[in-house]
Amino acid sequence: MTENTKKPGFVGKILDLPNDDPKKTIIVAALLCLVCSILVSISAVMFKPLQIANKEADIKKNILAVTGLLSDNADVNTLFEQFEVKIVDVETGLYSDIDSASYDQYKAAGDPEQSIKLSSEQDIAGIGRRAKLAKVYLLKEGNKTTQVVLPIHGYGLWSTLYGFISFEGDFNTIGGLQFYAHAETPGLGGEVDNPKWRKLWQGKKAFNDQGELKIEVVRGFVDFKVAGAKHQIDGLSGATLTSVGVSNLVRYWLGDHGFGPYLRNMNAEMEK
Amino acid sequence: MASEIKAAVYDPLIDNNPITLQVLGVCSALAVTTNMMAALIMSIALTTVAAFSGAIISSIRNHIPSSIRIIVQMTIIASLVIIVDQLLKAYAYDASKQLSVFVGLIITNCIVLGRAEAYAMKNPPGMSFLDGIGNGLGYSLILMVVAFFRELLGTGKLFGHVIIPVANEGGWYIPNGLMLLPPSAFFVIGLLIWLIRSIKKEQVEPADYQIHQVHRTEVL
Repeated sequence: MTENTKKPGFVGKILDLPNDDPKKTIIVAALLCLVCSILVSISAVMFKPLQIANKEADIKKNILAVTGLLSDNADVNTLFEQFEVKIVDVETGLYSDIDSASYDQYKAAGDPEQSIKLSSEQDIAGIGRRAKLAKVYLLKEGNKTTQVVLPIHGYGLWSTLYGFISFEGDFNTIGGLQFYAHAETPGLGGEVDNPKWRKLWQGKKAFNDQGELKIEVVRGFVDFKVAGAKHQIDGLSGATLTSVGVSNLVRYWLGDHGFGPYLRNMNAEMEK
Repeated sequence: MASEIKAAVYDPLIDNNPITLQVLGVCSALAVTTNMMAALIMSIALTTVAAFSGAIISSIRNHIPSSIRIIVQMTIIASLVIIVDQLLKAYAYDASKQLSVFVGLIITNCIVLGRAEAYAMKNPPGMSFLDGIGNGLGYSLILMVVAFFRELLGTGKLFGHVIIPVANEGGWYIPNGLMLLPPSAFFVIGLLIWLIRSIKKEQVEPADYQIHQVHRTEVL
């Protein structure tokens, strides 16, 4: 303690206490925690608006990408204004009136009041609970819906994949598939982000003529000679489990416990 | 003084590298080296944390009670890491998404705590800051080299730009998928250590044991 000059007053007295004094130990610990917690809180509060904006822009960017509208020279927010955001009651497949701006379905999935527990047979996507309501994004030309984007998520190999799937106006032809958050192995399962693989989904039919769900990711390459080829997507090589996970989560969300009822409603409405 | 500064910054690059000589911080070197961009951001984050934690800890080193010194160091490091993480989420969102938990895990990085305990507790703030920079750069150097090989051989790209066109995108190179898995970082780091120690023989550690000549009669 030689380099400390004598400081009068309370602070000086504490600084002069031997370091091993219990009083000093407690005071140092308390002060340190106070200073650190203030700094951390300041940084958290200060950057919050930017972070939220980033997250929203990221979601919007992914919705635009899945519909093929994303372009480098246009503002994401302006492009996104074309979309009509609606809330769907997943079970009945009907629109709900609640305010779409404040609703977060992934938060709702954790709330027992706003979600349902899935039985193990239903839960092929490995998500545990599903929010009762879901946000969908519609792109319209006049009164006709030309594209609809549905949020999907489910378990791959290491992580839950979050993404969007888009349908063309017939609610059967897939317009695109895109994941915006996952932690699969880069280069293997992470190839779900590969534009070439994502392109394979474009134009595939989710349902057959009888309305049965047929879409699936197969192992290896799709044999274009077989009749079901329009429902099949090549598996990712070296990422069998991720491929199975993606297949399951898409099938879950398009199935009877996911957006199946909604897609049927929309289809019926379209044919009217 | 000038030589001291030089030593603090340059020594950890090769001669006293935290990864290849001290074999610290290997866990994150495995995790974030699949591509160079992630490795670069991680390197910057770690160097920043190491430098500032060194300076802060050093400036209060005479008043840290020894019974709680590790907790004090951890609290300071953890606070800095959270601030860096928040900054990344605000200004480099895509990168922070890619690094996910690994920025947070700088808290447990042995290099940062190691330098705090071994250097910052005994040296003035300015030198501790430089020591943090030096060790951060030593870590960064290895990370970038490992990421260079892993990204190039694993995907044919560097910083996301195609260098070698890979076979399934119409090129000739069949990428080595192993390079994208964590074990390959072990191989690359192992080979690096071998290379450095072959050139700099003084880094070779003496064997822990010696093999005795056993005479046949002793066995019988």
